Amino acid sequence: MEREPNIVVFACNWCSYAGADLAGVSRIQYPPTVRLIRVMCSGRFDPDFALRAFAKGADGVLVMGCHPGDCHYVEGNLKAEVKVNMTAKLLDAVGIDPERFRLEWVSAGEGSRFASIVKEFTLTLKKLGPSPLLATPNVQKSSIAEREQVETGGS
Amino acid sequence: MEKTGAVLIVGAGVSGMQAGLDLAESGFKVYIVERTPTIGGRMAQLDKTFPTNDCSMCILSPKMVETAKHPNIELLVNSEVQKIEGEAGNFEVTIKRYPRYISEEKCNGCGLCAEVCPVKVPNEFDSGVGARKAIYVPFPQTVPLIYTVDREHCIDCGLCKIVCEANAIEHEMQESETAVNVGAIIVSTGYDLFDAGALEEYGHGRYENVLSNLQFERMLSASGPTGGHVMRPSDGAEPKKAAFIQCVGSRDVRHHPYCSQVCCMASTKEAILASEHAPGLKATIYYMDIRAFGKGFQEYVNRSKSDYGINYLRARPSEITEEKDTKNLIICYDDTQTGELKRDEVDMVILASALKPSLGSEKLAKILGIDTNTNGYFSARAEEMPFDTIKPGIFITGACTGPKDIPDSVGQASGAAAKVESFLAKAKGTLAAEKKEVPEKELQEEPRVGVFVCSCGLNIASVVDVKSATEYAKTLPGVVHAENTIYACSDDTQEHLKDLIKEHDLNRVVIASCTPRTHEPLFRETCREAGLNPYLFEMANIREHCSWVHTKEPEAATKKAKDLLRMAVARASHLKPQKTRIFDADQSATVIGGGIAGMTAAAEIAKQGFKVDLIEREAELGGTAREMNSIFISGKVPESVVAPLIEEVEKNKNINVHLGAKAIKLDGFTGNFELTIQKNGTDSTNKTGAIVVATGSTELKPEGKYLYKQNENVLTQSELETGLKQSKFDFESAVMIQCVGARDEERPSCSRVCCTEAIKNAINLKRLKPEGSVFVLYRDMMTFGGFEEYYKMAQEEYGVKFIRYLQERPPEIKEEDGKLKVTVYDSVFGKNLEIIADKVILSTPQISPEGTGELQKVLKVPRTADGFFMEAHAKLRPLDFTSDGIFLAGACQGPKDLTSVIAQALGAASRVCSLLSSGFIEAEAITAVVDEELCIACGRCTEVCPFAAIDIITSDLGEEKARVNEALCKGCGTCASVCPNAAITPRHFEKSQVIAMIDGLLEGMKDGT
Ligand code: FES
Repeated sequence: MEREPNIVVFACNWCSYAGADLAGVSRIQYPPTVRLIRVMCSGRFDPDFALRAFAKGADGVLVMGCHPGDCHYVEGNLKAEVKVNMTAKLLDAVGIDPERFRLEWVSAGEGSRFASIVKEFTLTLKKLGPSPLLATPNVQKSSIAEREQVETGGS
Repeated sequence: MEKTGAVLIVGAGVSGMQAGLDLAESGFKVYIVERTPTIGGRMAQLDKTFPTNDCSMCILSPKMVETAKHPNIELLVNSEVQKIEGEAGNFEVTIKRYPRYISEEKCNGCGLCAEVCPVKVPNEFDSGVGARKAIYVPFPQTVPLIYTVDREHCIDCGLCKIVCEANAIEHEMQESETAVNVGAIIVSTGYDLFDAGALEEYGHGRYENVLSNLQFERMLSASGPTGGHVMRPSDGAEPKKAAFIQCVGSRDVRHHPYCSQVCCMASTKEAILASEHAPGLKATIYYMDIRAFGKGFQEYVNRSKSDYGINYLRARPSEITEEKDTKNLIICYDDTQTGELKRDEVDMVILASALKPSLGSEKLAKILGIDTNTNGYFSARAEEMPFDTIKPGIFITGACTGPKDIPDSVGQASGAAAKVESFLAKAKGTLAAEKKEVPEKELQEEPRVGVFVCSCGLNIASVVDVKSATEYAKTLPGVVHAENTIYACSDDTQEHLKDLIKEHDLNRVVIASCTPRTHEPLFRETCREAGLNPYLFEMANIREHCSWVHTKEPEAATKKAKDLLRMAVARASHLKPQKTRIFDADQSATVIGGGIAGMTAAAEIAKQGFKVDLIEREAELGGTAREMNSIFISGKVPESVVAPLIEEVEKNKNINVHLGAKAIKLDGFTGNFELTIQKNGTDSTNKTGAIVVATGSTELKPEGKYLYKQNENVLTQSELETGLKQSKFDFESAVMIQCVGARDEERPSCSRVCCTEAIKNAINLKRLKPEGSVFVLYRDMMTFGGFEEYYKMAQEEYGVKFIRYLQERPPEIKEEDGKLKVTVYDSVFGKNLEIIADKVILSTPQISPEGTGELQKVLKVPRTADGFFMEAHAKLRPLDFTSDGIFLAGACQGPKDLTSVIAQALGAASRVCSLLSSGFIEAEAITAVVDEELCIACGRCTEVCPFAAIDIITSDLGEEKARVNEALCKGCGTCASVCPNAAITPRHFEKSQVIAMIDGLLEGMKDGT
């Protein structure tokens, strides 16, 4: 069987997660490549999240938030945009094609948009092939030190 | 005399439960009387609901659990109202309690008795398709879960008595009576189904493979008699060709003249599900008109054709016969296109039985002293008072007032609750119980995670291998217990979950089922009751995000479900207990929109003692109704409703009306909003606790169609109304064209109200000028429910001519010698007709009014693709937005007739009052918190915080540190992601918790799960 890319999605609670729910309720089919992590707002997106996901072997990362003007926390989505752009540069610098990383706006009423983004992103990732980091030995066991820092620093 | 702060609800279906919950939440003592042994009503018998194919049990279960648990609600099942005395405000009601022959106190629902009982009888709950024992519960998720002995079939063998460890069986039990004192009564007795056997020509009861639609629903249900397998009763074979026959007993003068309103969509749903259950099935629906009039209905029908190949055939079969040896069925009907007699052979037939008033309605009406209409449904005092009866203090709601679908019943129930709340306003809280606080257990270091994998009937289990997912969960770090359950949200599972928390000393719970957006509150509450902090609970969404979207890839879906479980367990292990915050709520509300919906909501909220700001864009109150000639199909003039309402609103001291004003900015949160209103160029900001959106709809102007705006004799329905109102309208021959700009590619939905509007106006034209001729060119007449009778009246009494046209051959219009010539292909006679008309009236759909987009941006609430506002949940929460504290009512959610608009407005008022009545709001514990040791006071968080919730202060140690103002923080987490030192973090969305999910997901992938 062809290897399916694995995609980590950070989706805001109010729009994008709800949009994914609507895709479900409407039974719109899309490839089983995405796993959603729910955050209250796309503004919660932290560049570390994407770096961590790639370091652990993700083929792609999506950040999803409300359309500009619709964010429940005024402009968390615009703040996310700044961070996403910055992260893309960072990824480029470490040899990860910025095409593997994307920001998308999906509203609660856009179940079909959610599904088509997933479809299209999956295709893109298939074309790009597996993440280059997967070829590096021990990607999965990225440094213990980094982990510890996160755990102590995170609370 | 003081009024009593208690309410009696008769009938525990979804409307009775919703009304009960609203009232109980507002602080009334509620008694719910139910004739059968369980609450839940009809909805519990359905497999899925249209038009979303949402699982019926999953929507209903949380409500059943809540009803059963609420400290202010007392359930009296197996009971009936016997007698009432006293008067509005103080009724004494005598209730007859039928014996269960089982002690309600002792029975623990273990089911051993039913296992040993040797007597099998057809189960009424399964509409006779399945069997039950003589000692039984109607269905596994019965609430309360207490068995009942059916004495009629019991053979007194005594086996149950031997096995019952609780000693609960009491064969000597007698019928008894209880009396309750209540201030008001709500009747919500629902409906029954017409016995399809009474229509002999269809052979129900004679031919094995002819089923009623309810029997078929039970067959589709995973917990039903066939475990969700569609099969022919005669030989158990999967059907290849099935026929669904509409209007069985409905729209039929011999039985029920009205349209049953829900069957077209129900059959569409059943046909879709049947094709899912039996792939390759060819399903045909035999119909008279497809009444797809609600939100998303037409789209649903379109999808059933394009995605499932369901065939719709316009015919009313005259007879069904059975082939003796194959038990196949022959359907005889007249082809409406050719007039030929046709015969179709199928292997299964499903009859869409009419809805009728539930058994005993007549008797109950007598006992209570209220009226029924000619069809036997309870009748309201007036069209604009949908819940009032002729007897003060007694209200009606739901399908006992006429056929109704689920969202209408739920919305109406809240409306009836509002009427009771204002009627008994002074007695509120006098009889309410205190909520019990459960002490929280100590949290030990090591996570001990309990996992439930829900089958959700077949919603998850038909795609995801739930057994293997459960086994997999057991191997995950920290998991001490995992199990599979058919419905995680059912009442018995909640009890079981509580036991397991104790038994296994669980300190984290993960449920893999549906979306947390609908079910998390229920599960959190159960954890709380078991002494577990609700924030130690986590959900994995393996339905909306998995089984429903990867239907054809069971293996990949199972793998994904395991991944989601792994992520949830990883996160759960990092969760920490949190304390919810309690805030004072501003006990006032704001209503946006001064039409009938807005005014009704405002008046009702004000009646309950809260202050209301009413905002209207126009310079006058009244909305679109003001310009109409008549506002109900009965012909009532708007002045009789609008004027008194305007007067009520203007006179009420609690209501502050802002005309020519609009909302331009919203801050704060539920209970504590700050809304900025702009009026005459000046802005003012008000505090408000809740917001109701009631901005209505407006008629589409069909520019460029049918000579509209090119010929002055081509009008829209509302322009006709204005003409009639000003007595400026005259005609010789008028033609109305339906569905102009609706139910097409561009706007697929049906606008619900235009057919009844057309009939109303056609009748008005005929009244104005009996000798004039009126034609209505239609595609399907959407005269659902009681409107059907006006449709008949228009044809028979007034001589309005109805001509059906096909979507692919729409009517054409030409100007000729100063007259209009309309050519229409009559699909019944198969030829073109020419009508010379002096007036052509176009029925165009309702659309969302100007300014809706602007308001959406201010309130941050979603809209659907058609531009109308989108409710939190189509069935469960029709009057709420997802954002707490904001509600919606009336046509801003989708086109609606006025009675429904009023019902919704009252419902939304009730939602607002339940929210405001306690005076405080519990807010989620997701605010940010600063670790002062790590904070370097760089100030980046203060810059990005959209709510100015973070300040740099001097700490006790004299150092500069960031500090979060909890009252202002809304928990978006934006601050955390800019902090260079990971010193600030939002509770419950901590970095370690997010990273745990990422790691859990990706590290596990390597193990090749
Ligand atoms: S809430 Fe959706 S992006 Fe902010």
